[in-house]
Amino acid sequence: MAEFFQLLIIGLSQGCVYGLIAMGFVMIYKATEMVNFAQGDIMMIGSFMAFTLIVTWGFNFWLGLLLAMLLMALFGFFVDALVVRRIIGQPQFSIVILTISLGFIFRAAAGMIWGQAPLSLDTPFVGTSNFGGAVIGRDRLSIMGGTVIMVTLIFLFLRYSRWGIAMQAASQNQLAAFYVGIPVKLVYSGVWGLAAAISCVAGVLLAPITLIDPLNGFLGIKAFAAAVIGGFGSLPGALIGGLIIGIAEPFAAAYLPEVKNIIGYLIMFAVLMLRPEGLFATIYQKKV
Amino acid sequence: MRVLFKTDYNQDIKFAKHGGYTFWYGLLLAAVFIAPFALDTYWINELTRVLIYALAGLGLMVVTGFTGQVSLGHAAFMAIGAYSHAFLLSQGVPFLFSLPIAALTSGVVGLMIAIPASRMTGLYLTIASLAFAIVVEDVIIHWESVTGGNRGMLVDTPILFGYEIFEAWEYYYIVLVLLIMSITLVLNILRSPLGRSMLAVRDSEISAESLGIRVARTKVLAFLISASLTGLAGGLFAHFIQFLSPETFGIILSIQLLLMVVVGGLGTVHGAVYGAILIGFLEASISILKDVLPPAIGNQPGLEPGLFGLILVLFIIFEPEGVYGRWLKFRTFLENFPFYRRNTFKRQRSYLKTERMR
Repeated sequence: MAEFFQLLIIGLSQGCVYGLIAMGFVMIYKATEMVNFAQGDIMMIGSFMAFTLIVTWGFNFWLGLLLAMLLMALFGFFVDALVVRRIIGQPQFSIVILTISLGFIFRAAAGMIWGQAPLSLDTPFVGTSNFGGAVIGRDRLSIMGGTVIMVTLIFLFLRYSRWGIAMQAASQNQLAAFYVGIPVKLVYSGVWGLAAAISCVAGVLLAPITLIDPLNGFLGIKAFAAAVIGGFGSLPGALIGGLIIGIAEPFAAAYLPEVKNIIGYLIMFAVLMLRPEGLFATIYQKKV
Repeated sequence: MRVLFKTDYNQDIKFAKHGGYTFWYGLLLAAVFIAPFALDTYWINELTRVLIYALAGLGLMVVTGFTGQVSLGHAAFMAIGAYSHAFLLSQGVPFLFSLPIAALTSGVVGLMIAIPASRMTGLYLTIASLAFAIVVEDVIIHWESVTGGNRGMLVDTPILFGYEIFEAWEYYYIVLVLLIMSITLVLNILRSPLGRSMLAVRDSEISAESLGIRVARTKVLAFLISASLTGLAGGLFAHFIQFLSPETFGIILSIQLLLMVVVGGLGTVHGAVYGAILIGFLEASISILKDVLPPAIGNQPGLEPGLFGLILVLFIIFEPEGVYGRWLKFRTFLENFPFYRRNTFKRQRSYLKTERMR
């Protein structure tokens, strides 16, 4: 029982990270109809940014995290404003190819700036807690706590703030949003910035567990799988998809070690087979 | 300025539109056939590599360039082709049978991926293919009895009609003939109803569907053809590198293939070949660049994919039609010399098209 509980917590915390990346990914997709295949790499850059601020420059952890989020928001904003925006209106595959190549550029750049060796970033969450025989690292708990806080903040932001509502409007109908005076271009870049900041948090929370290295960006691929499982374009779906993959992984590692690396993708294929629109569908075939 | 006077409906689907085609392509054909006599072994090998890349790129072109579905997993099809070909050869299946079986295996696997994914929008296919490539790599590592896992796998020398093929030029001819056959096949598909429906699906799924084209079936067939061609290229590649290991067919190779079709020119057969030539040049120049750059940057393992990414970004933003598109513009400029209008090739910008129903 204790082992089960432990695996569950490990899975949940891992799943939270996937879920956070997938949420950034879905947020961009919902608002701008662009798929950002570089989301995982943006997370990776975010964790490196936090590393520079906290470890190299000696900022306090919370201040450093906040600054890293701000910097990443700016980064995301300008990635959209300077590069991605140029190809709006071109076929979908241009955007796919563009963002994938951006991911590779980010990875190469991170390797050149911070090196290939994994770096460790210490968070205030050290030690373990004991729950009825199950020993659980506080870093795992911090991921879950952080995710709950982030999700609440995102929800409140999208629901009640002026900018959040503008984002929803732009995501529902670009043209109509433009007509009622929403600065659509600015909102789009803002969404990119927001998604980058969320990924930055995910990256920092993940840092004590996986260490920071340029290849962390490949986690993004699992986040895409999470987004597909949840149904593209559904924020809660993305989070739940992430949790499903996250929970499946440690259990697969414990009971079915052959498939531990690919279990997430197998689940994704199963979902695509049985319910191709995802568990929480918002995409429908467009009617003419 | 050339004026084509059409007197027959069949003129529209002819391979050679006018005498210029026959002359220049004939010249090219003659050149590639006599090339081994004029070159030394190193260059013949490089040329063979370019031809194999062109074949793989042609496969990706069918699905990405003609049907508009981006696949990020084509390295996996190359891997399937290469490994199944090598495995069949080691089991004593003759070269002539093993190569088509390997290509078909790859095609059937492609079919299995495309059927669930093609029911949704193209994005799903992209993500599914990316995940698929990772799954295939993992399977190769774990299925040691067939693939040798991480230890790798030696590939036997090809034997054709009891004659062992050792020399580089002999292999060059095999690859060349197969490439020419595949190009002819793809050109023929392109002028058949299937090819026309692929183009229609690429340009607009909705209008294709309203014209009575079965979109899902077209996509799945395109994937079958594409995966088979790429698998064939994989089988040929197996002999070329002689030793297979899982990391040969990683995501970098998929990106390389994508780079080829985008930079060469999406949606044209020429594009696949141009892209392959460019990749060949690029690999050579990157290895030169590595010597020139300071070691801190030059020895980065991420340098190569990073540069590939940079080139892709620049092409997608500034010349989405690729090298071949640039050449078409230049040729039109020459053909209509004093009367070329700058807007001839202007791309139409549109509002973001939504895929969701609201």
